Amino acid sequence: MRSGLTVLGIVIGVAAVIAMLAVGNGAQASITGSISSIGTNLLFVFSGSPESQQGPGGPGTGRSGNNIKPLTLSDANAIADPFAAPSVEQVAPTLEGNALLTFSGENTTATLTGATPEYFSVRNLQMAEGEFINSEHILGRMSVVVLGPEAAISLFGRADGVVGETIRIEGQPFRIIGVLTARGGGAFGSEDNSSYIPFTTAQSRLIRRGARDQVDVIYVQAVSAEAVPQAVEEISSIIRQRHRTPVGFDDFTIFTQADFLTIFESITGVLTIFLGGIAGISLLVGGIGIMNIMLVSVTERTREIGLRKALGARKKDILLQFLTESSLLSLIGGIIGIMFGWLIAYIVGQVAVASGTNFIPIVGTDAIILSTSFSAIIGLFFGIYPASRAANLEPVEALRYE
Amino acid sequence: MTDWVVQAKDLVKTYMMGEFEVNALRGVSFNIKRGEVVSIMGPSGSGKSTMMNTLGCLDRPTSGEYILDGESVADMNDDQLASVRNRKIGFVFQSFNLLSRLTALGNVELPLRYAGMSEGRRAKAQAALEAVGLKDRMTHRPYELSGGQQQRVAIARSLVNDPAIIMADEPTGNLDSKVGKEIMSLLLNLNKERGTTLIIVTHDPNIAEQTQRVIRLRDGELDPDYDENGKKKS
Repeated sequence: MRSGLTVLGIVIGVAAVIAMLAVGNGAQASITGSISSIGTNLLFVFSGSPESQQGPGGPGTGRSGNNIKPLTLSDANAIADPFAAPSVEQVAPTLEGNALLTFSGENTTATLTGATPEYFSVRNLQMAEGEFINSEHILGRMSVVVLGPEAAISLFGRADGVVGETIRIEGQPFRIIGVLTARGGGAFGSEDNSSYIPFTTAQSRLIRRGARDQVDVIYVQAVSAEAVPQAVEEISSIIRQRHRTPVGFDDFTIFTQADFLTIFESITGVLTIFLGGIAGISLLVGGIGIMNIMLVSVTERTREIGLRKALGARKKDILLQFLTESSLLSLIGGIIGIMFGWLIAYIVGQVAVASGTNFIPIVGTDAIILSTSFSAIIGLFFGIYPASRAANLEPVEALRYE
Repeated sequence: MTDWVVQAKDLVKTYMMGEFEVNALRGVSFNIKRGEVVSIMGPSGSGKSTMMNTLGCLDRPTSGEYILDGESVADMNDDQLASVRNRKIGFVFQSFNLLSRLTALGNVELPLRYAGMSEGRRAKAQAALEAVGLKDRMTHRPYELSGGQQQRVAIARSLVNDPAIIMADEPTGNLDSKVGKEIMSLLLNLNKERGTTLIIVTHDPNIAEQTQRVIRLRDGELDPDYDENGKKKS
């Protein structure tokens, strides 16, 4: 019973380590996966540069964040030039904002993107029904909209059979021409609560920007994943030339999927270490529990130790006996803990699936090996003191002990 | 020349009890022949227990010489003493001192295990249990046995290593008189059959009567009122 409680300390410690590492690894894998699903050959071009906002932006340098020239449609067209940028496959300039969508009393706020037909393939979207914006819609500045499934459900309570209905976006009527398939939660929040209208329509009626032809983000698809660095170079030089910015003072930022991956991997890496560290502390506490119970056990079994010595047990024999007991205790705890931790990780995974998040905790062999050996070492380490106390008892005293 | 199994010469044992120095043994000398049955008697505080611990190699004398079965043990270190206890001495305690987690057989096997014996351990332990008449109780645990049976297991354990001497500390102290008699006759029989030297520490005169010789202690010395055969001087 008491040994059981002691083992429980180790069980909880090991289970915590396993579960925490599994959740950490799972989060990492999930984020890495969702970033990969963006497409490995996708680049994002934003206006403004991280350096110009905080770095050499003082009065002495002559340049500041205010001098940033916005990206424009002609920038996008220049990037799309196959001669200037042979590594670029497709270019999709967008205007991005949020808008209030209403349909007969129901209303919801969703992201609103002014997009071109290229956006569909650049972002690797898929239609659940209907069609995406085509060049006719662009030229005619037509009032048509493509909805993400979540936005559709918010308005209609369902995501199918809504093509042809007319909704209002910021009070203006738009006809639904298509609904996208669900993509699940992404690294940038849900991409399903969205609406897409023709670029030109957005430009003239809904998302007005300071400069004519201004765009918010230019999505660029490189010809292949290997060509991404090359594409970055080409795009940079085109925009630098057009904006007449000196090298080192870029007024734009190009993000690639690899950049996102690095950022998120470092975040989840810190998270995993942090969680594992907390779990490790509970393992340490469990080890102290083992030491405690072993000390009690040595006191309780003083007579037994005395008897064993009378029968010819040497110090080594007694030491070995108690060390074996303590490491066995914590090893058993470790094994139960692994199963328990696995269970916790599995339950977390099920909960995540049930709540619609694509997130599977991963129980790694490294976590298992780490926590098993760690718990055995803890058993040994915290067993040494009680065991040596037992081994050094005087047989006469020990036999007389009541 | 007599075959002495125990040769004790000027045994002195002094230990500190708090601030006070206690002279438990003040120079005791005696010899015990191989195969002899000897009892050690004395009132409490006479140094009886200290004598038992010293003869049983559980403790070292402060000074003096103790030769057990040809080996001088007074200057041995802890592990050497453990080995001597294992090979040459069998203990029988008043309160049996069996390990409750082990079966009768497991308890008897224990000294063999510490002797480093691996093969034939079981057979030897079984033979010892048969010798004390517990052939059909081998797989019982101590709490499933009566007091007399437990003491028989303890006796089997004490003789399983073919020791030079068996030290019995009040072996019948926790038993009623009938069972106590059985245990005494078992010990005396084993002595007759095997020729194992038997040293019984007791304060019961009836027990002492059954032994060939009584060593009487008083105040850490041999009682001067008795001769070396335990007979009262007139």
